[in-house]
Amino acid sequence: MGDRPGGHVPGEFLHLPGHSPVHRLPAHVKIVAAFLTIVVIVLTPPTPAWVFMAYTVVVVGVVALSGIGPATVLRRMRVEIPFVAFAVLLPFVGQGQRIPIGPLELSEPGLLAAWNILAKATLTLLVSVTLASTTSATDLVAGLQRLRVPDLLVQIVSAMVRYVHVVSQEWSRMSRARAARGFTARGPRSWWVLGQSVGTLFIRSYERGERVHLAMVSRGYSGRLPVLTTTTAGPAEWARALTVPVVIGVISLIPLIAAAGTFAGGAS
Amino acid sequence: MHIPDGFIDAPVSLAAAAVAVGGVAVCLRGARRTLDERTAPLAGLVAVFVFAAQMINFPVGAGTSGHLIGAALAVILVGPYAGILAVSVVLAVQALLFADGGLLALGLNVVNLALIAGGVGWLVFRGWTRFVGSGRGSALAAAWSAGFLSVLGAVGGFLVEFALGGVAPVSLSAVIAAMFSVHVVIGAIEGVITALIVGAVMSTRPDLVAGLRAPRRAAHPQRAAA
Repeated sequence: MGDRPGGHVPGEFLHLPGHSPVHRLPAHVKIVAAFLTIVVIVLTPPTPAWVFMAYTVVVVGVVALSGIGPATVLRRMRVEIPFVAFAVLLPFVGQGQRIPIGPLELSEPGLLAAWNILAKATLTLLVSVTLASTTSATDLVAGLQRLRVPDLLVQIVSAMVRYVHVVSQEWSRMSRARAARGFTARGPRSWWVLGQSVGTLFIRSYERGERVHLAMVSRGYSGRLPVLTTTTAGPAEWARALTVPVVIGVISLIPLIAAAGTFAGGAS
Repeated sequence: MHIPDGFIDAPVSLAAAAVAVGGVAVCLRGARRTLDERTAPLAGLVAVFVFAAQMINFPVGAGTSGHLIGAALAVILVGPYAGILAVSVVLAVQALLFADGGLLALGLNVVNLALIAGGVGWLVFRGWTRFVGSGRGSALAAAWSAGFLSVLGAVGGFLVEFALGGVAPVSLSAVIAAMFSVHVVIGAIEGVITALIVGAVMSTRPDLVAGLRAPRRAAHPQRAAA
């Protein structure tokens, strides 16, 4: 990193560069669409399984459209594992009526909740992974700006994504230096050394922050950053992105309308 | 570990998001008052530090390792406003760019891991060093307690959210018992790591430990930024 400290904005993170229709949408449009999709999925009552099947078709369709490979998507969904474990336990520890399934007596509400958590957590995580994989850090910062996130907060996010590689490379240099002196992290006895290193990493990060500030001031910074790029979204782009939450929303309404229909039919 | 979407129902998630927005707004105002226009680069670099520090594994033995959550550490080192802001930004970036923690659940995670953990960490460290003593040993004990209680505070926040909007039919007392027994250990480790790091910073740059500075010297940069 030494040659280009903060000189370029790394576009990495989960982002996989591409030219799919999902990649091409402006970041703020994608954030809004992803958020609305997630809200609708989370609001859906747990019972009708086919609703979640239909959601899966839509969400997997968007993933396919974005061109992220299935292996990459699965690898990125590992963060769900602890919650899958919790969900799998629910039928065993859940309260309420027990129903026999094979040799086991499982809690019926537990099964329902496990299914509900798994379906919702998996679908919403797919949405998040798609957003993260198709949006670069730079675009994200521009997107937050467009969404009227307070300027100071946008600047903090921007400083963070700009320097995250600088600081992590600082840490790998320190790790290499420790290894060169024969250190291997093994057991709690190595914590003292690691703690010293992290303390040093903090001091270096903080002092870098001070230097960055002075460099910004010397270039005329007075608390606001100039807006260099404006990402605009036309009605066509909004319409394309919002198709996803709208379709999901319509699907979620079908069982409610059907239920109302049966009720009305029964009453007449 | 961040709460994913679908684990807590939508109304509670949205209510938490409102609380998170309010808390972050207070911190933005506070940080601007104490750091003025140095806020963005400093809080940004502190966020990078917290993010990096969370990825560092502290081996526990038997193939397992712990890592820092970092809210107590951040507030002890840079004060409550910039510290909570930095952790909140880390959580937002993790949700948006790493799909770690849900988008709708971001408010829940900010409330637990930034506002509660940071607030508890700051009050404990500040209270301890003010009323018990601010020598090196006392400050390290305060850092341990701040780390430990910040984790239990975050768990407490999660349990309240789970009681209000959890979608699982398990007895709340079982969840409380399980969560606290696991997190007493996690909190103890968080405390040790926090104390070690605060100790390391105290030996080289004690002036950087915001929790040990005399209170209310706002708007005066602590040292000429050079």
